[in-house]
Amino acid sequence: MFLRMLKGALFRQWKKMLMIAFTIALGASLATAMLGVMMDVGDKVNQELKAYGANIKVVPKDASIINELYDIEDGESSGSYLREDELGKIKTIFWAFNIVDFTPFVSTEATLPDGSPVKVTGTWFNHHMDLPTGESLDAGIMNLRSWWEIKEGEWIDEQSAAGNDVALVGAQVAEANNLHAGDKIHLTASAGEKDLTIAGVFDAGGDEDDGIFVTLDTAQALAGLDGKIDSIEVSALTTPDNELAEKAARDPKSLTVKQYETWYCTAYVSSICYQIQEVITDSVASAVRQVADSEGEILEKTQLLMVLITILSLVGAALGICNLVTASVMERAGEIGLMKAIGAQNRSVTLMVLAEIVFSAIIGGIAGFFMGMGFAQIIGHTVFGSAISLRPMVVPLVAVLVVIVTIVGSIPAIRLLLKLRPAEVLHGR
Amino acid sequence: MSLLELKNVSKIYGSLHALDKVNMKVEEGEWLAIMGPSGSGKSTMMNIIGCMDKPTEGEVLLEGVDIAKENNKNLTTIRRDKIGLIFQQFHLVSYLTALENVMMAQYYHSLPDEKEALEALDRVGLKDRAKHLPSQLSGGEQQRVCVARALINYPKLILADEPTGNLDEANEAIVVDLFRRLHEDGTTLIVVTHDPEVAEVAQRTLVLRDGRIDRETINENFTGKIRFD
Repeated sequence: MFLRMLKGALFRQWKKMLMIAFTIALGASLATAMLGVMMDVGDKVNQELKAYGANIKVVPKDASIINELYDIEDGESSGSYLREDELGKIKTIFWAFNIVDFTPFVSTEATLPDGSPVKVTGTWFNHHMDLPTGESLDAGIMNLRSWWEIKEGEWIDEQSAAGNDVALVGAQVAEANNLHAGDKIHLTASAGEKDLTIAGVFDAGGDEDDGIFVTLDTAQALAGLDGKIDSIEVSALTTPDNELAEKAARDPKSLTVKQYETWYCTAYVSSICYQIQEVITDSVASAVRQVADSEGEILEKTQLLMVLITILSLVGAALGICNLVTASVMERAGEIGLMKAIGAQNRSVTLMVLAEIVFSAIIGGIAGFFMGMGFAQIIGHTVFGSAISLRPMVVPLVAVLVVIVTIVGSIPAIRLLLKLRPAEVLHGR
Repeated sequence: MSLLELKNVSKIYGSLHALDKVNMKVEEGEWLAIMGPSGSGKSTMMNIIGCMDKPTEGEVLLEGVDIAKENNKNLTTIRRDKIGLIFQQFHLVSYLTALENVMMAQYYHSLPDEKEALEALDRVGLKDRAKHLPSQLSGGEQQRVCVARALINYPKLILADEPTGNLDEANEAIVVDLFRRLHEDGTTLIVVTHDPEVAEVAQRTLVLRDGRIDRETINENFTGKIRFD
């Protein structure tokens, strides 16, 4: 009979139930969308922030000490080098999947045919790597310097046949020497000389405009530094630093075993640096603080914003449900009073009303979940230009939230229902 | 022992005495009518006898048990087991069919039995309307469903509050005839009414005024059949 009454209540007054289901669907859709985006926003924002360049710099240990002692500018050779053959190891560390991009640098001084000096930097542009893990990666400054404006020509394509005989010339060098894309230049350096074709002219808006960028092999040949590199820039997805990360960054040895494990297994910039140092011989990896800190702050603020929006949307849904259910109970006061008059105890009536609401909540919750998935994708494509990957965790979370919100939203109605006295509602007093 | 006995029952709202030291007895199988103008205390008495309200003072003995001292949960149980209620406004659940409305009373009492519920509807002449919703029934038919619902659990006492107040003469006669048959079966009936014709059908009539029993009349020519002038 309970099911018969429930069926009657649900299907013969479907408009009321649909209204409750619709309100719950709205709340559930907002919760799904916000939770989905919130859980994915870290990766999305991180990827967006990668446009600001590398957040980790790796240099030889000696160079690091000399840099600190004498405050040597970046790029000036200290006489110590890293090994090119170890670069692939960066993608074998514990947090390998968080390494989005990286590129080596080697610099040398060269002269142009008119005798003017120019800094030549060798690096990867879109270097293809087949990793031992089976993964393949195109790494280089095309992604790490995404803000460079190619004023003429195009980026160097390392994977083309002419990859090693081309150069990318900085805007100031090009202007001073009247160089254009397609022109030939002759570079003379300490260990050799090379004829190169200008693939493009770039404007970085900084010191780099005063130099020429060539492939790593070309620069190594000019400098006589075969298999050696000055530094590596790494772009990694990181977790914002906390006290533990700051303590570890100062001295990992000061951590307890448990703290060490937590730190090592969390994508803090300091733990990723530490792991890079483990695989690159005699290196010091350090965070580019401005970038790492800004990323952390932006990420934290974005996540906080999403949490607040999620909470607000759920509170809104709870209030909506609360209003609708209370109105529904008040509207049905006569019917509920009658049930009590003919012998229904409070528990039976409450169970019936709750069953109706929970049934509506299930329908609304399922519909809302799918609507929310759609909203999340709209947000993903509108804000980040890519799809939001909904974590499986969202499903139980939304289910629990819908149940809590429905029950909390029904509390005032149930309290009202328990107070209803048959004599008052049946005789209108 | 009387089925129902009120001893010095008062219901006081502030300075208003809705019932004022009322004493009365109702014997098992009796058909009693309660009359009185508006505000005389009829509905208050009905609510107290029907276990839907408690007196401020006095004792209400139903089968010897003072229901004035019971808590709300026990009152619901007593009401469910011993009293059948019929209202002026019918009070049927709008989304349940006539049959389901009757079965709902069974459900809250013990176990629903569709066959028995259909028989109850048959007794009030509505077997063929069993699957209809209240909105598809006339006022008279709705009140007959209420009668079927009130009698389905074989209550000791049927309390009817203005049962014919919203009915035309034809339906009034049908409902009163149903009461007569219930009375013949030994059911105790208390009918609160404004209608002298309905009151005259009862064995005994109490007239309330200002919360007190103003007079009591015994119907010497009791037949249980309504006579319209």
